[in-house]
Amino acid sequence: MATVRLSFSPAPVHVRTARLVGVAVARRAGVAEELLDEVRLAIGEACTRAVALHRQYGLADLVLVEMSDGGSYVVRVTDRAPIEAGLGIAALPPDELANESLTDEALTVGVGFALLAGFVEDLQVRPVDDGIGTEVRMVWPVAR
Amino acid sequence: MELSLSTRTQGEHTVLEVGGEVDVYTAPRLRERLIELVDGGATEIVVDLGRVDFLDSTGLGVLVGALKRLRQAGGGLSLVCDKEPLLKIFRITALDQVFPLYASVDAATEAGPAA
Repeated sequence: MATVRLSFSPAPVHVRTARLVGVAVARRAGVAEELLDEVRLAIGEACTRAVALHRQYGLADLVLVEMSDGGSYVVRVTDRAPIEAGLGIAALPPDELANESLTDEALTVGVGFALLAGFVEDLQVRPVDDGIGTEVRMVWPVAR
Repeated sequence: MELSLSTRTQGEHTVLEVGGEVDVYTAPRLRERLIELVDGGATEIVVDLGRVDFLDSTGLGVLVGALKRLRQAGGGLSLVCDKEPLLKIFRITALDQVFPLYASVDAATEAGPAA
């Protein structure tokens, strides 16, 4: 059950809106204050990733962000890109980060996943149940 | 908060003070400014992140891109950052092993040429 559902055109300018909403709902749900920076960053990274995939594939579909607070704070960010693109992810080892041959895009994607994996203990990236796309599911504890 | 950028010279270093949010929307402006500085002849750049309240992977990608460009030109880029949330981002991504990180602009410029 989604408490708040937000969908936005795949444009970078809207990612900030998604972050702000995500943090506001997290605060209201009872996520500890010291986790809110991490919530903000992780939602931003998940949305940035979705926007990048939609732009890469020329998709005008909306990116969907669903937030729910039943027992824990669950955020699901859903894109509509082909799953082979969405699931092909890995954090880069440090010695590759400054590698001359690594493109800025590849570096940003690698760093983005390092941040998601580093900041979200309960993280899942999986194909959506219906149709094309992937879902990034992030869970944080609530204090109540 | 919107991105703010201001540049000054301190000794041999060009100091770029960044404030506000560096994300997928604003990072292209940071990239453009860094490219302008490098094209304008700056080789030792200190990016002061002291007034940054949000930095994501896109911003980190821009900083690494500038570091590579400067190294190819025989220069270097160092970062000023003393806020724990930002430092944690550098640790988690292992970019603390890529950038010289300093607690103040003075410490960065006194350290001599950046790595």
